[in-house]
Amino acid sequence: MPKVFYIQPDGSETVVEAVAGDSVMQTAVRNGVSGIVGQCGGSLSCATCHVFLAEENADDFAPVSEDEDEMLDCAATEREDNSRLSCQLVLADGQEVRVTVPEAQL
Amino acid sequence: MSGRLLVVGAGQAGVEVASSARGLGWDGPITLIGQEPHAPYARPPLSKAFLKGEASLESLALRSVAFYAEQRIDLVLDEQVAHLNLTGEEAVSASGRRWPFDRLVLATGAQPRPLPIDGADLDGVLMLRDVRDAGILAQRLATVTDLVVIGGGFVGLEVAATATAAGVRTSVVEAAPALMNRVVSAATAGFVEAAHLAAGARVFTGVRPHRLHGEGGAVSAVVLEDGRELPAQLVLVGVGARPRDELARAAGLRCDDGIIVDEHSFASDGRTLAVGDCANLPDPSPAPEPAPRLRLESVDNAVEQAKVAAATLVGAPRPYRGVPWFWSDQGALKLQIAGLARADDDIVIRPDARPGRMTVLRYRSAHLVAAECVNNPADFLVLRKALGAGVSLPREKAEDTSLSLKRYLQVAPA
Ligand SMILES: Cc1cc2nc3c(=O)[nH]c(=O)nc-3n(C[C@H](O)[C@H](O)[C@H](O)COP(=O)(O)OP(=O)(O)OC[C@H]3O[C@@H](n4cnc5c(N)ncnc54)[C@H](O)[C@@H]3O)c2cc1C
Ligand code: FES
Repeated sequence: MPKVFYIQPDGSETVVEAVAGDSVMQTAVRNGVSGIVGQCGGSLSCATCHVFLAEENADDFAPVSEDEDEMLDCAATEREDNSRLSCQLVLADGQEVRVTVPEAQL
Repeated sequence: MSGRLLVVGAGQAGVEVASSARGLGWDGPITLIGQEPHAPYARPPLSKAFLKGEASLESLALRSVAFYAEQRIDLVLDEQVAHLNLTGEEAVSASGRRWPFDRLVLATGAQPRPLPIDGADLDGVLMLRDVRDAGILAQRLATVTDLVVIGGGFVGLEVAATATAAGVRTSVVEAAPALMNRVVSAATAGFVEAAHLAAGARVFTGVRPHRLHGEGGAVSAVVLEDGRELPAQLVLVGVGARPRDELARAAGLRCDDGIIVDEHSFASDGRTLAVGDCANLPDPSPAPEPAPRLRLESVDNAVEQAKVAAATLVGAPRPYRGVPWFWSDQGALKLQIAGLARADDDIVIRPDARPGRMTVLRYRSAHLVAAECVNNPADFLVLRKALGAGVSLPREKAEDTSLSLKRYLQVAPA
């Protein structure tokens, strides 16, 4: 089972046991982790699932696509080098992932 | 903030009301009742990923089973509420069970409008609202050569795109002169139509279906009013949805194309709340000359209006304000709309140097009121934010396609 650690802007942390094949966004929304909205359900339409991906996980996922890249430029919270849209981070078995939730999504 | 909260309708809006009310501090028992046998799920993928076989019902779940338990939300499935007694504070389900409440929220959604023509009851004539419909549609799609989609709205066009991509000969019949009539500008509709034609679909606009032909009880063709006949072993009727307001109506709440609510989501008795597709609400958008009332069928509205209702419930009311937005994925097309335009609003087209992309801005006198983006998610995000913040984009700037919207709107004074 993959595991996701969600770190809030205030430093508090929630750990969720995820399902392989689900995204970091789906896992957050289904379990009520605050700060990740995911309104479009993962179809790259809303950018309300922005997260900062921990450095140790940088190579664990498919790279940023052109649309994701452009959308990150326009996310509600300023983009950083490790910004991702969490609906594009699909979890694999055994993975442990750390993400930090931004201040605002809308 | 204590007492029994009963939410009728376990869809996008119902789930959001229940979880937001709990999150905002509602202490008492929360019951969420839905008539479908499945745990609440997202509907948008039904005409997209799910229909293509790329998503399972489990993957569409809005919340995990554990979430409802942890949040002490009593999720009751397979139970249809048949009667409301508002003064007696009780709902009764079709099975005869009684559900007493202190506060009631109606989140009953909408249902597809049936097609009032001969042959609409033939086998092979389907509508799409829930996962059961989507399962049947997916099964049938795999066995037919010709599909006719009646209605060129979002759901119909999404199904058409999926079907064409799967190699089914697909025709779309739309009575209005353009696809997605009144929801998007003619420019966007034309762009979308061209994409469907290029993908291999046939599109018939400005013509109504006259009747459906059958053979042995199953549909075999759609006959148009001009006499043309389109072969079809499968017909999807996608001519819009009507609100499920019959419970509210019978209980004496004011309804007119949905349950009439105010900006706090209160129905006409000042106590019951209604949210989502079933509600008829004051236009929440900041545009000048807003529509007096409307109904919104979108995930954004279901979620945002539900949050407003939850705030009302816990005694921290705030009015519903915001820029409604909507997306639709049709094959390779991603259509995103922010704001509510009227048919008579002006258009400014911003073509994109990259093929297949376009942004259309809608103006009401000098005000930017809406944006329609095709395969331009970055433009969409910038414009949605600008619309929400009331940041102006002078028309002559909008017309200058060498100008980067992002750069301009971020440095422009509010
Ligand atoms: C195929 C399809 C594709 C869509 N695509 C998009 C999209 O791309 N983007 C977008 O923004 N929106 C889309 N939508 C619209 C979006 O799904 C709806 O606006 C949203 O689901 C509305 O939420 P709701 O809770 O009001 O209604 P629903 O999600 O319909 O939920 C209402 C629930 O209440 C139940 N119910 C009704 N009456 C009773 C009763 N008496 N007792 C118990 N239960 C009852 C119903 O069975 C249903 O489960 C799509 C809709 C469909 C059908
Ligand atoms: S959930 Fe909408 S872009 Fe990720």
